[in-house]
Amino acid sequence: MADAPRTPPKKRDWSWRSQAFRGLIYQIVLLALVAATGWFLAHNTAENMRVRGIQGGFDFLTTTAGFDIGESLFHFDSNDPYWKAFLVGIVNTLRVAAVGILLTTILGTLIGIGRFSRNGLVRGLCQTYVELFRNVPILIQLLMWYLLATELLPDITDARHIGPFYLSKGGLSFPIPEWSSAHLATLAGLGAGLVAAWAYRRRTQRRFEETGRLGSLFFAPLAIVIVGALIGWGAGGMPTAWEIPKKGEFAVEGGGSLTPEFLAVLMGLVLYTAAFVSEVVRSGIQSVAHGQSEAARALGLSRGQEMQKVLLPQALRVIIPPMTNQYLNLTKNSSLAVAIGYPDVVSIGNTAINQTGRAVECIALIMVVYLITSLATSVLMGWYNKKAAIKER
Amino acid sequence: MADTIIFQSLPPRPAPVRTEGLVPWIRSNLFGSVPSAIATLIIGGVLFYFLPKLLNWAVFTATVVPNVDACRADGAGACWGVIAEKYRLILFGRYPFEEQWRPLVATLLLIALIVASCTRAFWSKWLAVLWVIVLAVYFVVMAGGVLGLSAVTTDRWGGLPLTIMLTTLSMVLAFPLALLVALGRRSSLPAIRSFCTVYVELVRGVPLISVLFMASFMFPLFMPQGVSIDVLIRALAGITLFTAAYLAEVIRGGLQALPKGQSEAAASLGLSYWQTQRKIILPQALAMVVPGIMNSFISMFKDTSLVSIVSMYELTGALGLALNSDANWRPFKLEGYIFIVAIYFCFCFAMSRYSLWIEKQTNKSRLR
Repeated sequence: MADAPRTPPKKRDWSWRSQAFRGLIYQIVLLALVAATGWFLAHNTAENMRVRGIQGGFDFLTTTAGFDIGESLFHFDSNDPYWKAFLVGIVNTLRVAAVGILLTTILGTLIGIGRFSRNGLVRGLCQTYVELFRNVPILIQLLMWYLLATELLPDITDARHIGPFYLSKGGLSFPIPEWSSAHLATLAGLGAGLVAAWAYRRRTQRRFEETGRLGSLFFAPLAIVIVGALIGWGAGGMPTAWEIPKKGEFAVEGGGSLTPEFLAVLMGLVLYTAAFVSEVVRSGIQSVAHGQSEAARALGLSRGQEMQKVLLPQALRVIIPPMTNQYLNLTKNSSLAVAIGYPDVVSIGNTAINQTGRAVECIALIMVVYLITSLATSVLMGWYNKKAAIKER
Repeated sequence: MADTIIFQSLPPRPAPVRTEGLVPWIRSNLFGSVPSAIATLIIGGVLFYFLPKLLNWAVFTATVVPNVDACRADGAGACWGVIAEKYRLILFGRYPFEEQWRPLVATLLLIALIVASCTRAFWSKWLAVLWVIVLAVYFVVMAGGVLGLSAVTTDRWGGLPLTIMLTTLSMVLAFPLALLVALGRRSSLPAIRSFCTVYVELVRGVPLISVLFMASFMFPLFMPQGVSIDVLIRALAGITLFTAAYLAEVIRGGLQALPKGQSEAAASLGLSYWQTQRKIILPQALAMVVPGIMNSFISMFKDTSLVSIVSMYELTGALGLALNSDANWRPFKLEGYIFIVAIYFCFCFAMSRYSLWIEKQTNKSRLR
């Protein structure tokens, strides 16, 4: 005798056999667990802080910091409040990350392309570089660069110099144009040049799409920008004063300067991340079908044109997402600057924790700064990715 | 009469240009075109200038004996004597000197287990049991206190054993967590999905060092009164939570790569959710992401160097411990760095080669 056929449970059925009901229970259990853990941790923290006499809250941000910061883009001294110290740290982090991303992209792309060179020496050198630099922890690389900068470079009193550039344990000094209001005109000219170059590029691209006539997309716009800046400079009265660093008795004075900490962090980040970026670029180029490069050669394009006009634009679609990850990694890795004393946001936070004992608040601040930076980078690269993605119907 | 026809042999064709061997390789790879030849000359010139200097420093004028005066002599190159003098401290950190055979044995055991786990012949259920046994033995040998071994507190563990232990344990602990989070991110239940997403994105948005700061400054506050957790466990917990987020993304990549037909077929066979995952989805997805997991392992191995910032003495920290306080040997820190760089490089390079090999293995099934 056969069993009576079992009816499948209805979707909304208050029974354990209903998937929807079970799902609801699972979610409630998870939420309860999360809430209980959160309450447990918060309760313990509050209790511990009360017993140990630790004050909570972010009010310490407005009190005097009481420590000096080695390098800062704007004025900071020990009488300034904590929030300003954190601001200095954030600016320092962003500065090293931005410069690092720019240099890494250039170096990584060059090395990635170098892996396809017809010259065996170039190929071998690029491969050795990649294997060597990506298999050693970045922290050790940073520490080594810092060691080299502080031990091998000459003392500041006999700084090595090539022309107006001075290199010593005190860092790198270089000439900068002396600021005057006339430079505003140069900047305005530069801005006008950028706009004109953008318009020219658009026009050339449109003409190419309509008539197929190729125009210069890089050198002509570049020339327009330079000419614009030069015209602005001429209109401003051609200020030529430069602030050139001079070797004083104890230090190199004047001009712009970069500290050895900044240089070491930058060097470590760029060389480490470039190894990864070059792998990203290489796999991107390899992902372009081989027929594309054969077709380019059949059309008589040179090796450089083939790379620039056929391979790279197609590879870009594959490259951008992992490249974003590398940018984020670089930004996050810049937090290791704390190990060599570059005053980035982690280093400032660490000092603040030691001075005020507000561990929870300071770590939360650090995390929020990195979260916002990461999010902003992702959004920006997402927008660029959308632009570079293949346009499908 | 007959004309005599004289056959004249054609001149022999020239032999084909050799394309194999050293000289043709040099001709096509180093002097194939004018720019290539220029590049060869420039790079070759730079190498010819620097390589002898480097070799001179590292080999010919180097000092191997652990003697400070010999290292400081004029014209002396690299001082490898610093390693001969300090290698025990660099490799084992503050572990008691007479007992250092214990971390050596325990670590060799752990490495042997890892190598076995990477070998196809050992892939069976017994491997999991073996892991439990070996980890238990590892902790007994390291911590001591039983079987006549003297007790060694965890704050004295250090050097390479600590690096390997942190990496291995954090991966082993993070893996099940990552599996759950990866499945959770693809769940149809909104609360579970958003919780997993927030966890992964939060952790991936912050640097490891901030997580380690949290482990060393905040975890003590999280615990109830009177409960204090060992610093090693705290750091391990931090690293595990961090790794799990990255690993979850790797696994999710594998889950997404599976065609939907697989889970639909499983559902039509009447398998439950967990049966589907365990028998159909995960075996295929995990096999696909083994190289990715291996990459996480390599980056974790490198990232453990960060625990030296929160004053634990793994390989990087142990080097500082060995040299920073010793005024005699401190000038030769560069040689010490080169030593640990070589160690890290050997491990990471071996692992990346293994990752390439396994990638080839998994792709084999797809080639026809």
